[in-house]
Amino acid sequence: MHFGLTDEQEMIVSTVRSFVEKEIYPHEAEVERTGKVPPEVAEAIKQKTIELGFYACNFPEEVGGAGLSHLDFALVERELGRGSMALNHFFGRPQNILMACEGEQKERYLLPAVRGEKMDALAMTEPDAGSDVRGMKCAAVRKGGDWVVNGSKHFISGAEHADFFIVFVATGVDDTPRGPKKRITCFLVDRGTPGFEVRPGYNSVSHKGYQNCILTFDDCRLSDAQVLGEVDGGFAVMNEWLYATRITVATMSVGRARRCFDYAVQYAAEREQFGQPIAKFQGVSFQIADMITEIDAADLLTLSSAWRLDQGLPANREIASAKLYASEMLARVTDATLQIHGGMGLMDDLPIERFWRDARVERIWDGTSEIQRHIISRELFRPLGA
Amino acid sequence: MKVLVPVKRVIDYNVKVRVKADGSGVDLANVKMSMNPFDEIAVEEAIRLKEAGKADEVIAVSIGVKQAQETLRTALAMGADRAILVVAADDVHTDIEPLAVAKILKGIVDAEEPGLVIAGKQAIDNDMNATGQMLAALTGWAQATFANKLDVDGDSATVTREVDGGLQTIKVKLPAIVTTDLRLNEPRYASLPNIMKAKKKPMEEKTPADYGVDVTPRLSIVSTSEPPTRQAGEMVGSVDELVSKLKERGAI
Ligand SMILES: Cc1cc2nc3c(=O)[nH]c(=O)nc-3n(C[C@H](O)[C@H](O)[C@H](O)COP(=O)(O)OP(=O)(O)OC[C@H]3O[C@@H](n4cnc5c(N)ncnc54)[C@H](O)[C@@H]3O)c2cc1C
Repeated sequence: MHFGLTDEQEMIVSTVRSFVEKEIYPHEAEVERTGKVPPEVAEAIKQKTIELGFYACNFPEEVGGAGLSHLDFALVERELGRGSMALNHFFGRPQNILMACEGEQKERYLLPAVRGEKMDALAMTEPDAGSDVRGMKCAAVRKGGDWVVNGSKHFISGAEHADFFIVFVATGVDDTPRGPKKRITCFLVDRGTPGFEVRPGYNSVSHKGYQNCILTFDDCRLSDAQVLGEVDGGFAVMNEWLYATRITVATMSVGRARRCFDYAVQYAAEREQFGQPIAKFQGVSFQIADMITEIDAADLLTLSSAWRLDQGLPANREIASAKLYASEMLARVTDATLQIHGGMGLMDDLPIERFWRDARVERIWDGTSEIQRHIISRELFRPLGA
Repeated sequence: MKVLVPVKRVIDYNVKVRVKADGSGVDLANVKMSMNPFDEIAVEEAIRLKEAGKADEVIAVSIGVKQAQETLRTALAMGADRAILVVAADDVHTDIEPLAVAKILKGIVDAEEPGLVIAGKQAIDNDMNATGQMLAALTGWAQATFANKLDVDGDSATVTREVDGGLQTIKVKLPAIVTTDLRLNEPRYASLPNIMKAKKKPMEEKTPADYGVDVTPRLSIVSTSEPPTRQAGEMVGSVDELVSKLKERGAI
């Protein structure tokens, strides 16, 4: 067993780290203040990422990616997690579900996404269907050989920058012994398709500038050529490809926690009250000890779940544990860091209040903490018939 | 033309340095180490010369502990073609002195016959600012230190140097030794394809004995101490108060 990084992995980490420090950090305050990423900044980050060969590095070499393993990619995202999500969105990592593209879909969607010419967004969630994805109401019916879609999606990240959307839609209902069960199909929908609209979403306290949108479908006609995977095979592509995206949340949580932690240690060592650094008070220093212990634990859990995927080992439970633990760890670490900073921690002169707000969404998106616990416990009890 | 670039593994510039309890030096165990920033500038300049068609091969060399191979891999990932690692110490706390480094580099220069050696003006760990100059003396080559701009043209190089009070431009005949100053260029990030390729690039391992050099220290460190801690500042309530305080202290 070996826990060290290879020379290549060390270099990947240090390159992405310095990229984030030099190309992302300097723009964070402005994005936070305005809630927007200036287009020229977005374009510069994208171009530099392309030049460095990191754009779409999660894709295999055959399609123009860098062919990173799950573990290497987790290291990239861990470093990206230090920086603003709104800005590092342009350090493009298209949804790997695009690998399900067939025939001319490859030329229209997959390859331009990998080259950075087109950006994607993924839409599952609806106002009435969050954790219960299968409960979706957005539906497509057959008309004259095409599909006609009606309904809406909300909370769709990156939609304002997307050229096309990967959208999950109900395409029928099966009667099963456990009641009716919707069939789901995944569609590729171009921006500008008649009947399809991207509308501004809500303002979130987490990740300012990383906006979410509402998508509406009003008799939107799509042909069979827009189906990703098989008709009614939406869950199959989802399970094959979206399985690993929870690692993104886990690994980014670890990166952000490490950045936040550095502030905590520094401040505890420098801030003096009662004539000594507050780090001398056990009430503070023990919090710091707990923080680093939890960060390291989350880091190892996350990297080992990525490693399991690379080894072809079962990883569903481990990924759920990593996502659950890392996102909850981040909440505790950012909260404790804020506490250690006292009143100053709440002021936007320091990025601590932002880390604290940003942490909140990690326990919600890509499957809430409760859903991860559900996955973990189901894996444990299903074999026992309980 | 070959360009030789010596690179040193030093404590990362972001690390808060701690003096060892016995005062014998700085604690280097388990701290982040990186390529000396001035050497990164040297690697960048050499790669630019190659990209401009003025150099054919960039050779990075590091002299120190075995772990310096990480530093060399970074140079290779930036774009150097091959590397030479001279393992001259086992303990990460051992610093090879400039004269020994310069003598080993002289041996490498004799073997490789580069047209140009580009080195950092100093290493940020002990700030000796000596190796480039010593190598120039040992080789008898021209030297252009503290380069702010470098133009290679045929068998000579025009170098703008950062000197006290301004810039000085000199012309040196090649082969020559150039040492880099901070403003010469901005080093690139290692690209992902180059990081992946770095492992496949050749790295030769040597010892000081291969060049007949004795690296036994000639200097002894008497003591090492932290810089004095800065006094806490004083907050003033108004410009008037500031002016009167400054007057009180005779500052204005
Ligand atoms: C900023 C942001 C960006 C997002 N981006 C995207 C995106 O790009 N694309 C996309 O498709 N979606 C996106 N989402 C949606 C996100 O994945 C959902 O918010 C998430 O799945 C939860 O759904 P919900 O918000 O409807 O909550 P609900 O599912 O309504 O959950 C409400 C509460 O009930 C709990 N709960 C629900 N079911 C169970 C159960 N079986 N057992 C125990 N507890 C349960 C939940 O854990 C939660 O605490 C985004 C969300 C946010 C906030």
